Amino acid sequence: MEFFRFKRDIPFMSYAKTTTIISLVTFLFSVYFLATKGLNFGVEFTGGTVIEVHYQQSAEPAKAQDALAKAGFTDSSVQNFGTSSDLIIRMPLKEGVSSAQLSETVIGALRADQPTVELRRVEFIGPQVGKELVTDGAIALGLVCLGIMAYLAFRFEWRFALAAIIANLHDVVIILGFFAFFQWEFSLTVLAAVLSVLGYSVNESVVVFDRIRENFRKYKKLTVAEIINNAITATMSRTIITHGCTELVVLSMLFFGGETLHNFALALTIGIVFGIYSSVLVSSPIVLWLGATREHFIKPDNAEAKSAEAQP
Amino acid sequence: MNRYPRWKYIVILAAVLLGIVYSLPNLFGEVPAVQVSPATSVAQVDQALMTRVQQTLTKAQISFDGVIYEPNGIKVRLHDTDTQLKAKDALQADLGDSYTVALNLLSATPEWLQSVGALPMYLGLDLRGGVHFLMQVDMKAALNKQLDRQTNDIRNKLRDEKIPLAGVNRDGSNLIVKFKDADTREKGSEILRQAMRESTITSLDDTRLQLTPTPVALKAIQDQTIQQNMLTLRNRVNELGVAEPVIQQQGADRVVVQLPGVQDTAKAKDILGRTASLEIHMVDDEHMDGPTVSAAMQGLVPPGDDFYPTSRDGSPVLVKKLSLLTGEDIAGASAGYDQSSQPAVHVNFDTRGARIFAQLTRENVGKRMAILLIEKGKGEVVTAPVIREPITGGQVQITGRMTVKDANDVALLLRAGALAAPMEIIEERTIGPSLGAENISKGIHSVLWGFVAITIFMAIYYRRMGLYSAVALGVNLLMLVAVLSFIQATLTLPGIAAIALTVGMAIDANVLINERIREELRAGHTAHAALSAGYDRAFATITDSNVTNFIAGMALIAYGSGPVRGFAVVLCLGILTSMFSAVLVSRAMVNLTYGRQRKLTKISI
Repeated sequence: MEFFRFKRDIPFMSYAKTTTIISLVTFLFSVYFLATKGLNFGVEFTGGTVIEVHYQQSAEPAKAQDALAKAGFTDSSVQNFGTSSDLIIRMPLKEGVSSAQLSETVIGALRADQPTVELRRVEFIGPQVGKELVTDGAIALGLVCLGIMAYLAFRFEWRFALAAIIANLHDVVIILGFFAFFQWEFSLTVLAAVLSVLGYSVNESVVVFDRIRENFRKYKKLTVAEIINNAITATMSRTIITHGCTELVVLSMLFFGGETLHNFALALTIGIVFGIYSSVLVSSPIVLWLGATREHFIKPDNAEAKSAEAQP
Repeated sequence: MNRYPRWKYIVILAAVLLGIVYSLPNLFGEVPAVQVSPATSVAQVDQALMTRVQQTLTKAQISFDGVIYEPNGIKVRLHDTDTQLKAKDALQADLGDSYTVALNLLSATPEWLQSVGALPMYLGLDLRGGVHFLMQVDMKAALNKQLDRQTNDIRNKLRDEKIPLAGVNRDGSNLIVKFKDADTREKGSEILRQAMRESTITSLDDTRLQLTPTPVALKAIQDQTIQQNMLTLRNRVNELGVAEPVIQQQGADRVVVQLPGVQDTAKAKDILGRTASLEIHMVDDEHMDGPTVSAAMQGLVPPGDDFYPTSRDGSPVLVKKLSLLTGEDIAGASAGYDQSSQPAVHVNFDTRGARIFAQLTRENVGKRMAILLIEKGKGEVVTAPVIREPITGGQVQITGRMTVKDANDVALLLRAGALAAPMEIIEERTIGPSLGAENISKGIHSVLWGFVAITIFMAIYYRRMGLYSAVALGVNLLMLVAVLSFIQATLTLPGIAAIALTVGMAIDANVLINERIREELRAGHTAHAALSAGYDRAFATITDSNVTNFIAGMALIAYGSGPVRGFAVVLCLGILTSMFSAVLVSRAMVNLTYGRQRKLTKISI
């Protein structure tokens, strides 16, 4: 069985301007939503308390919120979580209130209303920890970008490193844009998903670049654009199948993984879908525009050519 | 061409077998158990204890599956959680205070597996249920205490050498010592230079010296504070009766406490969060007259004193600021009764504490001494008795209007050791046990169904080569689980997500190989050449893509925390195992089946 049998190369590079403009537009939209709506940061970044409770029958957020207000917690947000009998209560940081006592008081207030309520999970993040997680997250993102760029510059050439990182950061911003637009909760696990997407989606660029390099060696007469077209066409099958397989797993997580992994799976899905697009149709044009030529690939060191074809 | 030397097959087979052996423990589940461990340094874990445990259980008609002797405690395997609770009660009642009996879950892995180091994966809190705290130590308070002590030492030393002192003040983390004139300052400087080696002494002006703690001394204070606090926490956690608690230092001033399986989180937080420490100060008898006390009530407190409007026995007390003895000097504390059968707390000091206490009581017969309980920066005078005679035995009794429960609580707090500095909970995660089990099942389902879906797809799309790819994926999963079990890395829910992700990403390598083989076949190469070229050409690409994923994983390990770090660790390990299995295992199968056929024309792909 074969889905993608192409008799001729698809002339991707002639659409380079169009595809890049589409990317740019989605990118700008994402930036706009990030700036205006902002991300809905989870409790790990803002600090505060999150309490998950389970009722025997269906839970009513309104009633729970009343019970809490009566106990003095007026700034809590209560929502259904996953099933209809689970509630998630979010409370921002309060000056001078130690969380340790907070969750006990909250459960007490809820029990007064409904004695069978069960505490499933409590998370309290103090303000310093929250701030640190934000910083750490940003540093992790920065390190990943630098690390990947360094590796790609070493394996291929700086133009490729730059093109790959631009294309993939573009992915990251789009994921964040989606999260800002839909106001899905951006938790630490989602950040982990985003960083994984960054690493994963660079794969695509690598596969295409690898092919481009091979083509430069094989086809001495084609122009750079034609070589790129051929490379993308040849690897298209593999790209779509791999992404499809990964998406199968992510779908499995979406269905079976429960609430905690839900946003994680969403971030991955968006990353995978846009990843195909950007790595194939954005990074290659950038390479083209940065002026890549045959000489950049086939460096005077034949040793590199030999090592790339060594036996595993 | 497509042949592997025999040793390669053997290596692969060995790896797969090891993978099976080390993943097996995860299938065995856990059994409820109780663990008996010593609560005091005197209590012994020995054969006698083991026999005693068995006898107690038999007498109470509690059947048990086995008794295991371990140097740090005796573990008893039981049938179910009901028996577990009964056993705990029976044993605690029999053994009393010298031992703690904790509920525990033991893995049901058979002996022969455990002897090779095969254990089930170490489940994180979000899969097991339990409590996680991150506590921050108030280093400033620790430093202040130390400076207070130094102030006293300076005073004593200078007084001994008969050098008149104008005053000692604290300025930030420095001590300013004021003398009458430059001469005394010189003499004082000499003395102090000898005596206070942990400070650098500089002259501020003619009459004043500044003492600053050296960086070495500062670090020593920090380390000592954390060590002391951790020891205290450990004792308190033991009192809670939690098995396998985790208490670790994190960074310069934080402590992580994890209590798996704890059901009563309220009590845990209460005991851990309290920071009661004992301090003994002298009452400022000179100022304890009507007018000064009423002025103090209004807020005018004499310098060098602290004012406590009420104490447990009722009356307001003016107490000198200087703390003479602290919780660090306590060796033990227990609840009991005093001469009039009122609940009381008996406190024992250690040798140093006893010596200081003896001197203190000797010098201050007839004066009042205040025993303070400081909780979260606020002090409470428990009692302020008159010192009738020197107490050289190092034992003091705290009485006052307290109930039996009060006495027990205070004794517990004191006994578990006072904290060298207050601690505050800055992060807390509590997962109920039912959620833990649910998370595990959700995680497993995600991985399982994803794997099944990919297998079906690969088999249809790439036929036999696809099947080989799926088998390689299975081996990958097996080895990942085995490695995680072997190194006892902490598995969290995001960690299980990482396993699922590894499954999805690992298949990439095989897709690359298979696509390449198809291409070669289409280009007209022979079957064998196509197979060979497919694997060779794909290898470089596979390496590149795995390295980039690995970089992302490493960054997350370095800067992630808690569950996210669990995710990253599994991701990185998964990348390593996938490099092994995707290429070697699938190629081994190809070589086994196609390798022998000289005249291979068709490949099922």
